[in-house]
Amino acid sequence: MTPAVAWFADVGIADRPTVGGKGGSLGELTQAGIAVPPGFVVTTSAFETFLAALEAREDVRGQVEALDPNDLGAATRLSEQLRARVMNEPMPPAVEQAIMSAMDELCPDGQPVAVRSSATTEDADDASFAGLQDTFLWVLTAQDMAMKVRECWGSLYSVESMIYRRKQDFPEDGVAMAVVIQQMVDARCAGVMFTRSPTTGDKSVITIEGAWGLGSSVVSGEVTPDKWVVGKITGEISARDISDKHAKQVPAPGGGIVEIELEGDERTTPCLTDEDLMGLREVGRKVERHYGKAQDIEWALDKDGNILLLQSRPETVWSAKDVASVTKPVDNPLAHVMNIFGGRK
Amino acid sequence: MSDTKKGFPLPSSLEVVPGTEQAQAAYPYYTHFVPEDDSKFWFYNSMHFPEPMHHFDMITAEAAYVAMGAFNTRVHVLPTAKGIEHRVINGRVFIGGVAVTDPAEIEERIGEFQKRAFYYYENWEDLYAQWKDKMKALIADAQALPTPSLPDYEPIETTHTGKGVAASHDLLVIYQKQIEGYHRMWHHHFEFLLLGYGAYMTFFDFCKKAFPEISDQAISRMVAGMEAEIFRPDEEVKRLARSAVELGVDAHFVDNADIEKVLTDLDALGEKGQAWLAELETSRNPWFNVSSGDGFYHYHRSWNDDLSLPFAAFPGYIEKIKAGMNLERPTAQLIEEREQLVIDYRELLDTEEDKATYDQLISLAHRVFPYVEGHKFYCEHWYTNLFFNKIREFGRLLLAHGFFGDDGVEEDVFHLTQYELESAIIDLMLAWGIGAEARGPKHWPALVAQRRAAIEEWGKHDCPPALGAVPDAIDDPAINMLWGITRENLDKWLDDGTENEKELKGFAACSGVVEGTARVVKSVAEMGRIQQGDILVCQVTNPTWSPIFQKIGAAVSDIGGSMSHMAIVAREYGLPAVVGTGKATKLIKDGMRIRVDGGRGTVTILDDLDADAEKLLEEV
Repeated sequence: MTPAVAWFADVGIADRPTVGGKGGSLGELTQAGIAVPPGFVVTTSAFETFLAALEAREDVRGQVEALDPNDLGAATRLSEQLRARVMNEPMPPAVEQAIMSAMDELCPDGQPVAVRSSATTEDADDASFAGLQDTFLWVLTAQDMAMKVRECWGSLYSVESMIYRRKQDFPEDGVAMAVVIQQMVDARCAGVMFTRSPTTGDKSVITIEGAWGLGSSVVSGEVTPDKWVVGKITGEISARDISDKHAKQVPAPGGGIVEIELEGDERTTPCLTDEDLMGLREVGRKVERHYGKAQDIEWALDKDGNILLLQSRPETVWSAKDVASVTKPVDNPLAHVMNIFGGRK
Repeated sequence: MSDTKKGFPLPSSLEVVPGTEQAQAAYPYYTHFVPEDDSKFWFYNSMHFPEPMHHFDMITAEAAYVAMGAFNTRVHVLPTAKGIEHRVINGRVFIGGVAVTDPAEIEERIGEFQKRAFYYYENWEDLYAQWKDKMKALIADAQALPTPSLPDYEPIETTHTGKGVAASHDLLVIYQKQIEGYHRMWHHHFEFLLLGYGAYMTFFDFCKKAFPEISDQAISRMVAGMEAEIFRPDEEVKRLARSAVELGVDAHFVDNADIEKVLTDLDALGEKGQAWLAELETSRNPWFNVSSGDGFYHYHRSWNDDLSLPFAAFPGYIEKIKAGMNLERPTAQLIEEREQLVIDYRELLDTEEDKATYDQLISLAHRVFPYVEGHKFYCEHWYTNLFFNKIREFGRLLLAHGFFGDDGVEEDVFHLTQYELESAIIDLMLAWGIGAEARGPKHWPALVAQRRAAIEEWGKHDCPPALGAVPDAIDDPAINMLWGITRENLDKWLDDGTENEKELKGFAACSGVVEGTARVVKSVAEMGRIQQGDILVCQVTNPTWSPIFQKIGAAVSDIGGSMSHMAIVAREYGLPAVVGTGKATKLIKDGMRIRVDGGRGTVTILDDLDADAEKLLEEV
């Protein structure tokens, strides 16, 4: 049995079955020397221990497997029942102890954390595998953190999630959930970065989008971000599209986040300097080199301007396309000049 | 075809500016628009000929198009394009390409082209080495031509050697040899040019397909040479600045100095001053044979003829050297960067096939690029300077014989066409031989005055960017490559006037954003006005202006593409630059605050914006 808790520095992408995709990726980045806010993963092993305790009272997996995916009413009733059970079942002491002591170590001064679900299967990246993308930001206490972990676990039993699994005839035995606990960055600005062009697929440019405050406003699409196109190799900034950023998301005093309206110059001031862009480009290239493929990255700049990565996953849209050569090779390289001189474009 | 289709004026609708009819008529008959020209497409060649043409200077168009046509049409046999026709009206040169459209003819020409052009590509290095020898021999021939002069009596040697030819004949020989040499220079020029550009463009196109968002600049940097002749004149200026510091004579070099006085003072200074003057002589031959222009106007003088430019650059370089800065071009580092760039882009290619093609194309581009970068020094600069100076000598001779009247100057000779000049020389030969008065002194002064007035008048009139029917497509490789003209450009020209007057767009030559004071400079003589950090705004920038790049914050030009020498040099110096804006010198006034964004290729006029902002604030 793997431990209930694994630190980022000790896991990698190969540990996906126990720490999930997100956890594995953050571990991988940490190991590669990329600045990632520190954190740990509540592993699938912790989940299995918890589920065993839950099932000791009453069956869980069997009930899900018996569900008729076309019976929405039954699914709704089962979901409510199972999620309530997940919230109320006492945490097994071994798990409780492991999580709490990890939290103490991570946040000795009560630093806020983000709690995010980390799914274990490739399929889980699919948008239809709903309910598995839960993220709780700016969680202030260990107790609260533990509650959010349960909520992440419970999301496995959302109506959409269960119906999806049933339709796919997915064995419940393989269904588990890891949860990432990560120190929160009080971001000056944050956003996303693609290490190839989302519009043309060009691998020689990096597209960076960002807005003030926490990255959630960009990811959710609530704020139109500033956008830049940067030469991956040359560092040239070939496009600057500075938007009117009407709001930003910031930590709420009692935990969680709140959106505040922006006024005046801040709305139209670029949220990144050219120097920041070069820093992001460096990080983007490093991550891409590490994985050997184009990445879709979430980043944040802390108040001191340090670049931190919150997530990196392979770019999927362009990578899924068939790769064709630009031109067919020819024996005589000179034949290529006929493209110019032969009037054939 | 919609009936709202926009078009350019027809050539037949252009009128000669009233009062200049005779000056217009004096251009060679085959350069006048004729009714049949209405059915063709023409564009104003503002890139090479931004100013109204002196009658003699038309030779720069004529000789170039003779040679270019011959090489495109008959030597290399370009499949889809023949030569360039040219016309002149109101002193403005319009040109149009002759496309090959018959598929059978294209097919036949493809076969010929591959036999001929491929031979050049395969033997490029040897042929280019041979080219340099040919050019140097041609230059030596021109340098060996004596100054034309007429003695009162033949030297006695003519008698003793039984030469049998009198001095007047030498005038004709010198003139004709000089004209012949100038035409030959243009043949040499086009021996490689289109093939060189074509190979480069092939790589360029491949990169644009493989990396749709790659900048022109990145591609140029992968190809650019490091030892090209165009960088050398500036290196010489730096060398002389270092030498001035080492010899302890640097105090003589100040802004706006009287150059003649500096030279005299240095000579009077004794050993150290003279040592520097000796260094100057070494640099001048050949490296100061660069013109302050692009080699198409007689009044773009070389550094050797006018030392203003190097002298404007000395104080800045000297200051930097004394501050301990290293001005050496980091050639090794530049080469390393270029190689890394080539490797890094290669790594991004998806397939092995593409990597193989990329390798083939970059190596071809590297093979041809030394010519692309280097030829101008020999052709448009060195040879052209010798050529115009030889014509000036004829001007001096004719002036001395009263051909330009009492108030004339030797430069008046450039108001004659090359054919008129030959007839004036024959007039002089006749008069000298006969012992009678030449007719020229009564003939030319009035015509020269008339043409001078016409050129001044033409300069006040704008001309349309293009004339005639808009073609459905422009796939003439010469016009695409040399002038950067595509169908899309034409649509932009047709839309002109609806654009934002505060923002100019051009080619992004070198990235970087700079704000500063605009210094609109029309000639080298105005270089002295440039202050540290100013933004240079000019019609056409030239590699030989590079010594003042150390002083300026950015550069903007009316004319030039991303392949222009200005763009190449700006990238070399890391100087933010936007070229080919079309109208920067018209819209930007001297002293305005402007912002140059060399990465986006935009220039923004800030002064008026500021005024608007103030107005807004007042209203609030």
